Amino acid sequence: MSDGVVPNASVADMHDRRLLMDRSVSGRRAIEMPAADVPLAEMPSDDLLRDADDLQLPEVSQLDVIRYFTLLSRLNFSIDTNFYPLGSCTMKYNPKLNDQVASLGGFANIHPLQTDESVQGALEVMFELQQWLGEATALPGVGLAPLAGAQGEYAGLLIARAALEMRGESHRKVALIPDSAHGTNPASAAMAGLDVVTVKTDEFGNVDVEDLRAKADENACVFMLTIPSTLGLFEPNIIEINNIIHDAGGLVYADGANLNALLGLVKLGDLGVDICHSNLHKTFSTPHGGGGPGAGPVMVTEELASFLPEPIVVKSDTTRHSGSTTRHSGESRNPEGPGQSDIPTPSPSQGEIKRGSYHLTRPDNSIGKINGFHGSFSILVRAYTYMQSLGGDGLRAVSENALINANYIQARLRDRFDLAVDRLCMHETVLSGKRQADRGVPALSIAKRLLDYGIHAPTMYFPLIVPEALMVEPTETESKETLDRFVAVMQAIDDEIDSDPDSVNHAPHTLPNTRLDEATAARRPVLRWSSNGD
Amino acid sequence: MYPDDLKYSSEHEWARVGNGDVAEVGITNFAQDTLGDVVFVELPEIGSKVDQFDKFGEIESVKAVSDLFSPVSGTVTAVNEELEQSPELVNSDPYGDGWIMEVQLDDPSELDELMDSQTYQGTLE
Repeated sequence: MSDGVVPNASVADMHDRRLLMDRSVSGRRAIEMPAADVPLAEMPSDDLLRDADDLQLPEVSQLDVIRYFTLLSRLNFSIDTNFYPLGSCTMKYNPKLNDQVASLGGFANIHPLQTDESVQGALEVMFELQQWLGEATALPGVGLAPLAGAQGEYAGLLIARAALEMRGESHRKVALIPDSAHGTNPASAAMAGLDVVTVKTDEFGNVDVEDLRAKADENACVFMLTIPSTLGLFEPNIIEINNIIHDAGGLVYADGANLNALLGLVKLGDLGVDICHSNLHKTFSTPHGGGGPGAGPVMVTEELASFLPEPIVVKSDTTRHSGSTTRHSGESRNPEGPGQSDIPTPSPSQGEIKRGSYHLTRPDNSIGKINGFHGSFSILVRAYTYMQSLGGDGLRAVSENALINANYIQARLRDRFDLAVDRLCMHETVLSGKRQADRGVPALSIAKRLLDYGIHAPTMYFPLIVPEALMVEPTETESKETLDRFVAVMQAIDDEIDSDPDSVNHAPHTLPNTRLDEATAARRPVLRWSSNGD
Repeated sequence: MYPDDLKYSSEHEWARVGNGDVAEVGITNFAQDTLGDVVFVELPEIGSKVDQFDKFGEIESVKAVSDLFSPVSGTVTAVNEELEQSPELVNSDPYGDGWIMEVQLDDPSELDELMDSQTYQGTLE
C-alpha cells in the first residue's frame, strides 16, 4: 500500500480500529449502579420494556470507552491540527476565548424561560449583537432567532412574502436565483412557497443582467444574490441588478454566507440589498458542523423590520421607564445588600443602561416564531465575543486578510493551474485542474494527494460551471508560511503528475483509510452497525 | 460514442424516436463522463408533463447534483426503474440500459430544435 513516496507509515493502521460495538463483551460494565434505596415500583406494562437483544448496547469498560473515543479524536482531521482550505466553508481558527466566555456561568446557566429582568446581561449581549450586525450590513433590523444559515434564508424569504402581501401584491410568487447560487437558495425559496426561476451566469461568473431584466416582471417577489459569488468574485453589476429588481417591484435578498469577505469594506444595505442573512460560524468564528448548534441571523431594512421573526431584543429608550424598573427590583433586593446581587453593576460609562432596560418583544407584523426560543444563544455569545475582541478595525482586517491570502495563493499558482475566471478574487479562488486532467490526473486525485501532505482537500468540482474545479479558501487566520507551504505542495503535486501520476491517482497513501470507493458508498450506504458485519 | 440515430440537446441529453410519436430520453456519453460515477437518478412520475428544455429531474454523481432537462415536450409514459437500484447503468450504457424516461411527444416537429450527432460533437470540441 505504501509506495515510499511519503516516509511515515500510517500510525492508525497499527491501532485497534474495531468499532465500539465490536469491542463489546457480554457482562462487562463501565459502572456498577448502587443498590436502590427506595421501594421498587412496578412497570405499568411489560411491553414498555425493550428486549435486551433488540437494544444491542455495547458492554464495555470505562477504559474501553476512553481509548475508543480518544483514538477517534486522533484520527480526526480538524482546523486545530491541519490547514483546511475548504472553499466556501471558511474553515478558520475559532479563538478559544469565544468558548471561554460562552461557558461563563452567567451565560451558560440561564434558562430561556427566565424573566427578562433576571437575564439583563444576556439580553444586552443579544441587543448589542443586533446592533453590530445591523452596522456591519447597513441593514438595521436584525433577528437573531434563525438557527442556521438556511433558516435565516427561509425567514428572510417569509419576510419578503409578508411585506409584499401587506402591499397587496400576494400574487408575487417568483424567486429569481442565479444558476451559480448556493444550493440552499432554491431549497429555501421552495420551502417558503415561491416558484424558482433560474437566472443565467455570464462567462465572467457574473449575473447575466439581460437575462435578469427579461425575467424580472410583475410576478417577481425576490431576487437572491450570493455575494461574493460561489466563484469567489464580487458582483460588479450589483447596483444595476438591485435597480432592476426594485423597478420591477421586487425585493433583493443577499446570501451573506460569505460576509467574511465584506466586513468593513462594503455594506450590503448601502448597495440596495433589502434582506440578508449571516452564517455566524463562517464570518464570526463560531463552531462549524456536527449538525449544530448554528446561528443564521437575518438582517433587513428599517422598512421591513416589523416583519422580523420573534423575538427581538429592544432597549427601553426612556430613562423614566428604566428608572422605575430599577427602583422596583432594587426594593426587593435591599435587605440582602448590594453584595448579594448576581447581576453585575453597570459601569459608570454605561450609566444609561439600567436593570430592566432590555426586553424581548414581538415585532408588529412578525412572521412569527421560527423556533422555540431566541436562537442558539451560546453561539450568539461566541460571535459577540469575537466582535468585541476584534472591534471595528479588527473586523475590517479580517476581511482584508482573507482577501489578500486568497489572492496571494491565486497569484502564486496561476502559472501552474488555470483560473476559473482571471480576475482578482475575494475570499477564495477557484482553480481549474484542466491542464492536470489532460495529463491524466483529475482534480479528485490532486485533492486526495494533498491529504498525504497534511492539508485538507479544497472543495472539488464546485461550482459546476468550472471544469475540474478546486476551490481554495485559505481564510484570514493562516500565516504566510502556511500559504507558502501550500503553494509548494501544490507545485510538488503538479510535478508528481509528470514523474509518477499513478501514485497521485492512488493517493492518499498515509491516512487511516486510503482511496475510498465513493460511488459504492453513495449507492449502497451502510449507515448502521449490524452484528453480522454487513 | 454518439450514435447517429439520436438527436442531441445542448444540455447533453439525447432523444431516440421510435414507433409512433414516442421518444426515449437519456444523457450523453459526454454528460456521464463529466459527471463521474452516478449514484442517484430522480425519475419523473409516469403521466407527468415535461417541456422541451425544462427540468424534469435530477442526477447525482460523486461530484455533484445536476438538473436533467428534457429534450422534448410531452407526457412521460415510462421510466427506467432499474436506475433506482443500479444508477451506474447511466455510466456503463448511457444509450441503452441507462435510458431515463420515455415521452409521448406533443409535437414531433420540436425534434428539429435538436442537433444531430455531428453537430453535437462539434459543440464538445
